[in-house]
Amino acid sequence: MTETRSAQPRHPFVEMTITRLLVMVREPEMIFWVFVFPLLMALALGIAFRTPSETQVAVAVEPGAGATELADTLAAHESIEIIPVDPGGTETALRDGLAHLVVVPGDPPRYRFDPIRSESRLARQTVDDLLQRAAGRKDVWTGRDETVTATGSRYIDWLIPGLLGMNIMGTGMWGVGFTLVLQRTRKMLKRLIATPMRRYQYLAALVAARLVLLGLEVAALVGFARLMFGVPIEGSLVTLGTVSLLGAMTFSGIGLLTASRAQTIEGISGIMNVVMAPMWICSGIFFAASNFPDPLQPFIQALPLTALVDALRSVMLDGNGLLATGPELLILAAWCAASFFLALRLFKWR
Amino acid sequence: MRPEQPTTAPAEPALSCTGIVKRYGDVLAVDGLDLEVRCGECFGLLGPNGAGKTTTIEILEGLLAPDAGRVRVLGCAWGEQDDALRARLGIHLQESQLDEKLTVIETLRLFRSFYPRGRSVDAVLELLELDGKRRSWVGKLSGGQRQRLAVGCALVGDPELLFLDEPTTGLDPQARRQLWAVLQSYRAAGGTVLLTTHYMDEAHVLCDRIAIVDYGKLVSEGSPDELILSIGAPHIVEVAFAGGAESQSADLQERLAALPDVDTVRAGESSGAWTVTAAALHRTLPALARAAAEMGTEIETLATRTATLEDVFVALTGHRLRDD
Repeated sequence: MTETRSAQPRHPFVEMTITRLLVMVREPEMIFWVFVFPLLMALALGIAFRTPSETQVAVAVEPGAGATELADTLAAHESIEIIPVDPGGTETALRDGLAHLVVVPGDPPRYRFDPIRSESRLARQTVDDLLQRAAGRKDVWTGRDETVTATGSRYIDWLIPGLLGMNIMGTGMWGVGFTLVLQRTRKMLKRLIATPMRRYQYLAALVAARLVLLGLEVAALVGFARLMFGVPIEGSLVTLGTVSLLGAMTFSGIGLLTASRAQTIEGISGIMNVVMAPMWICSGIFFAASNFPDPLQPFIQALPLTALVDALRSVMLDGNGLLATGPELLILAAWCAASFFLALRLFKWR
Repeated sequence: MRPEQPTTAPAEPALSCTGIVKRYGDVLAVDGLDLEVRCGECFGLLGPNGAGKTTTIEILEGLLAPDAGRVRVLGCAWGEQDDALRARLGIHLQESQLDEKLTVIETLRLFRSFYPRGRSVDAVLELLELDGKRRSWVGKLSGGQRQRLAVGCALVGDPELLFLDEPTTGLDPQARRQLWAVLQSYRAAGGTVLLTTHYMDEAHVLCDRIAIVDYGKLVSEGSPDELILSIGAPHIVEVAFAGGAESQSADLQERLAALPDVDTVRAGESSGAWTVTAAALHRTLPALARAAAEMGTEIETLATRTATLEDVFVALTGHRLRDD
């Protein structure tokens, strides 16, 4: 019987790791959130924030006397795109971001824009230059441009390590924390401790299953970003793997901690969102953490996701090794040790 | 320290507890219970829902600490060498839900890996009659198959003592009989069983001895036959007289009680109906017919049956075992 061999149990740690992985992989929703969702996110943001080609400045001209001439003057330059608007439609075009700037013809012309938007300030500068030159201003000299369009400095290059960090956080928290609470509500934890199973092996297997998944999810996202957008990996893969591993361990520990007492699915979902939401916003996934005021910076820099994302960027974009990412790795290690230490003390098997 | 040999001497019971108490807030779930399960027997805790059966069995399983009392399982106390002790026990919990996305064989192999010694997974599959389902996901099994698998997970370690908490609750009659067959083959190999149930027929079929519990207290204890004999009479006569409520109840009860070999008389569920326990039907029934004739009333319905544990429970506690 060939079946008989498959019936031979392996070491309990191996059996538990395999069964945890099987349960995760057989859950279609899990596959979507861990593997598909980050790719979709990278794709959508990569397309939305692709490096602009010729058209840089979208301008709407307020209809009225002299509007046509003014539009023609501007349209002659390839860096300007004229947005056609109906009379009275300029406000809407500006609000919706279709136009960065509204020019009202006159002598001198007036510029209408929102100074908070950097692209609007740029548009004002560009249009003003062009119009002044058209009106006869002579430039004293023209500086020579040395444009840097190398990969590694685009938004998508900066974004991918952020998405990777976010994914490592999510999978660790849900994969460990949510699974544990689910098993607790189904009275499976109680069932397991009724056997001679070693409790630490169960928790270790849960983390191990999560780490096996980590390899796949990092490879999927980084590979996709490379193929699709040519996102570089300046540092070594070993360093990237080590940083990801420490991040995954840390968030497994935090997942374990959040699940140590929670008795219901609703409870753990709430706690997880409270723990993760500040990091989604503050840790620099989508925009730099330095946008937040200085007094908040010590707290933001101490968040584990900030440390993880900074370390990932340092490795992927700057090609740094482990030594250069030392401070971030120390912060992660501290979170990792503290959360496991606390979780194992607080954990309830029933 | 591998428990190759049972360390229990034949004289020592497989399990014993004295004076166990468990309190949840104001509710006394277990109120000073003493039990003893002998090696090789099947012992049943029989009682209605909420009688404290699950709390009791979880205390005995070492999953719950009692507020007071002493528990010894296979010659050991909980808290000494729990892992070694657990390797000799099989425990089935009432509410545990196995992972639905694991197959039958994956589930059994997982549980088997926890035990230092035990049965082969194939042997357990055969015993459970789940061989044809070995590659099916747990979520695709019927209720009876799932319950057999849950019991199978308690059997993979080839336990000396098997705990089962309400193993057949919610199953249809055929599924219950299949599970009973699994237990009987485990018993035939010399295993000891402690089970809780609120099914009197299950207790009667499976158990050598039964403890009837109600409100966390022991009401009575003995073999099913001893318990039935203990209420004085093994036969139940259900009789209803024509005319119903018009009959003189007190007078009628007195006359029924005075019939030969009658033990107890209780008013039945409908008016004019009576439940009589009797030791010897061949003397009681003719006398009953004569008494009816003398009183000038007619017997409308008459049925006799052998007393069950349900009757024992009603006789001892004054209320019914099942609330449905």
